[in-house]
Amino acid sequence: MLAKLKLYLDSNTNAAPLAVFRIGFGVMMLASIIRFWSLGWIDKLYLQPKFQFSYYGFQWVKPIGSYTYLLFALCGLAALFILIGFKYRIAIITFFLSFTYIELMDKTTYLNHYYFISVLSFLMCFLPANAYFSVDAYLKKTHYKQIPKWTIDIIKLLLGTVYFYAGLAKLNSDWLFKAMPLKIWLPSKYDIPIIGQTLMHKEWFHFAMSWSGMLYDLAIPFLLLYKKTRTLAFVLVVIFHVFTRILFPIGMFPYIMIISTLIFFDANVHEKILNVFRGVIQSLKLKTRRLSEQSYFYSKRKIIIPILALFFVVQLVFPWRYVLYPNELFWTEEGYRFSWRVMLMEKAGYANFKIVNSETKDFFYVDNLDFLTPFQEKQMSFQPDFILEYAHYLGDHFKSQGHQNVQVFVDCFVALNGRLSQPYIDPNVDLYQEKESFKHKNWILPFNDEIKGL
Amino acid sequence: MLKKIILFVIVVIAISCSSSDDNGSSNNDDGFDRTALLTNVADNIIMPAFQDLQSKLASVDAATTSFITDKSTANLDALSDAWLEAYKVWQHVQIYNLGEADNLGGGERGFVSFFNIYPVTVADIENAVNTGSYDLNTANYHDAQGFPALDFLIHGVATNDTLPLDKFTTNSDFEGFTTYLTDVVNQMITLNTAIINNWESSFRSTFIANTDSGVNGSFNKLANDIVYSYEKDFRAQKIGIPAGIFSNGGTLPETVEAFYKKDVSKELSLEALSGIENLFNGIPYNSVSSISGSSFSVYLEFLDREDLVTEINNQFAAGRNAINSLNDDYTQQLSDNSIQMTAAYDIIQAAVPKLKVDMKQALNFVIDYVDGDGD
Repeated sequence: MLAKLKLYLDSNTNAAPLAVFRIGFGVMMLASIIRFWSLGWIDKLYLQPKFQFSYYGFQWVKPIGSYTYLLFALCGLAALFILIGFKYRIAIITFFLSFTYIELMDKTTYLNHYYFISVLSFLMCFLPANAYFSVDAYLKKTHYKQIPKWTIDIIKLLLGTVYFYAGLAKLNSDWLFKAMPLKIWLPSKYDIPIIGQTLMHKEWFHFAMSWSGMLYDLAIPFLLLYKKTRTLAFVLVVIFHVFTRILFPIGMFPYIMIISTLIFFDANVHEKILNVFRGVIQSLKLKTRRLSEQSYFYSKRKIIIPILALFFVVQLVFPWRYVLYPNELFWTEEGYRFSWRVMLMEKAGYANFKIVNSETKDFFYVDNLDFLTPFQEKQMSFQPDFILEYAHYLGDHFKSQGHQNVQVFVDCFVALNGRLSQPYIDPNVDLYQEKESFKHKNWILPFNDEIKGL
Repeated sequence: MLKKIILFVIVVIAISCSSSDDNGSSNNDDGFDRTALLTNVADNIIMPAFQDLQSKLASVDAATTSFITDKSTANLDALSDAWLEAYKVWQHVQIYNLGEADNLGGGERGFVSFFNIYPVTVADIENAVNTGSYDLNTANYHDAQGFPALDFLIHGVATNDTLPLDKFTTNSDFEGFTTYLTDVVNQMITLNTAIINNWESSFRSTFIANTDSGVNGSFNKLANDIVYSYEKDFRAQKIGIPAGIFSNGGTLPETVEAFYKKDVSKELSLEALSGIENLFNGIPYNSVSSISGSSFSVYLEFLDREDLVTEINNQFAAGRNAINSLNDDYTQQLSDNSIQMTAAYDIIQAAVPKLKVDMKQALNFVIDYVDGDGD
């Protein structure tokens, strides 16, 4: 067993897939940053809000005023360096840190996709993605046509985990037997050509999409791994992601996934892709130089392998933490994030905060838009950790304004996957006295229904 | 192989990028007929209401002219009656921040900024009539024009005066007040004419044709308007703010609608609720047609959400009952028994999550204008 493992870790493979992956990643990240910037979202999502919702333990991560633009610029520059493979190690570490910092600034904008980018870029810090077809190799006059096989397999493993866990999350009664939330989402896409008027409102279509989505997520890693089904699998990847792109506002993510799954293809496919790039570079008539060839060798493998092994153990275990919490996961969202639960629910809420003077019993209600952006208000209204953090913010705010004996209560209603809205938070609990922690929040009212499954 | 894959990817991406908005008719027997909904709302609810407002404002104009010719108490009373009739119709049109109405004013309140920002700032009016320099088109005068300004001009007493009529007769600025009255009426007529002309000339067809499902689709805007109007124009402005719900330290009687006329606050609230209910249920304005047409309730029923239609209509009815139990004069109600007003607010409030959460989810419209990425 150990010998086999040693043999595996020592085996080498063609470096082209990892080089293409690096280039694709760089292009996609650069495009994402430019898109985010040009849509004015830096200002809208990070600078305009007076208040940011922080991740527990990361309250110190805040937007840094107009320097936030600099942070995005740094992140974009790092993506460019990754793309061309220049100072790769510094670039990828810079990218990982700056991107993750951006994501930690406000959890309102949390998306599984962003988390995926953070995780992937962390992983890429340890990979020799600049070994081949990179500026680094050119400057060093040495490229490594052979790299350890595991450095490519590990990316496949991460991609496979994302898909498979997203599939597991769909194994629940709402998704499979009620076709929720697709039953809500699809009919409103009636203006898509051809299928908009013919399929989108048909019940069988909602079920077909739910089940095929689940089967796709569970099966695609294996179909991509197996050589005979690989081409078919890639065609499915493209169809699936393009379809989600048409239906939902999910930005760059579909393209990122399509480009990423190319890594499953053999090296000769990647060599052909690189030949296209080579053709472009040659047409620019730049000075070329002959590079000596070597096999890549990890000098610190003894440290790196255990780190990455631990990293994957965490990745595989972390999404199951929700079983430690009572109540319905979709309702409490305790252990919901960072678990590849993608597009699983249609949840909306309404939270009306009441500030009470505990002595005189005088009270008044808060207009959330005085403190939050509409987007923040929307996200806050159905997530308990947001509600608690905001309640404390309100409490502190009114206390600093000279209000006495401040208590903060909330009237909150939440509707999940087409059920009628129900009271969500105990209206008699003074949230200002409640503390954030990883423990169960016992002031979340019970979900008067059951969703079976994982 | 590679070439085939690349070609395939390009084709599919091209399809995905061109999928935005080039659909023609949306009258499919299987799907929900949005064109019918938008046509009914435009032809039987929105446009008749704006047209009625136009004729009621013409009566206000005529009454103003008579009053200026003969500044008698009787003529001022006649102007007051005309004002109230127009104000009641206003409650039905204020929901529709669409087209030209939305372009006016610029801010989120659109044309409401020129018609019904209250409490009116009397100091601004007095200063304006005294100096004679003012521009009703600027944001500074949003709270010094429209129905609330007329309310003060017709029913309020200016500084150092004893009677409402004194503004136009014995006050040292009586000429200024007279001009200001005319200017306010003219401004309302000009703006409403622009809105109606826009609807009649082009916006009606634009509105009906825009069956797009996105943020800027007509249905999405209409859905946002009904929610906004219920929550802000009706619930907060008319009941919540005066009852002191949003402020610390007691009630705010000076913020009631029609503060100077006083005994019509309730009547106006009930009209506003009717306007919202009629839109929800597709009931034609002033019975221009005897049968109700397609609207939110029909759409919800199409989606098998009769439960929600019933819940929402029950909430509307409960709100109506609660308002009916209040004094005609809200300032009186607040001084007699403000708890009753707060209780009415709580009942009215209960419909907000139904509209904003349940209906929003069932119809899957976009409630705000945030265009961030989803998961």
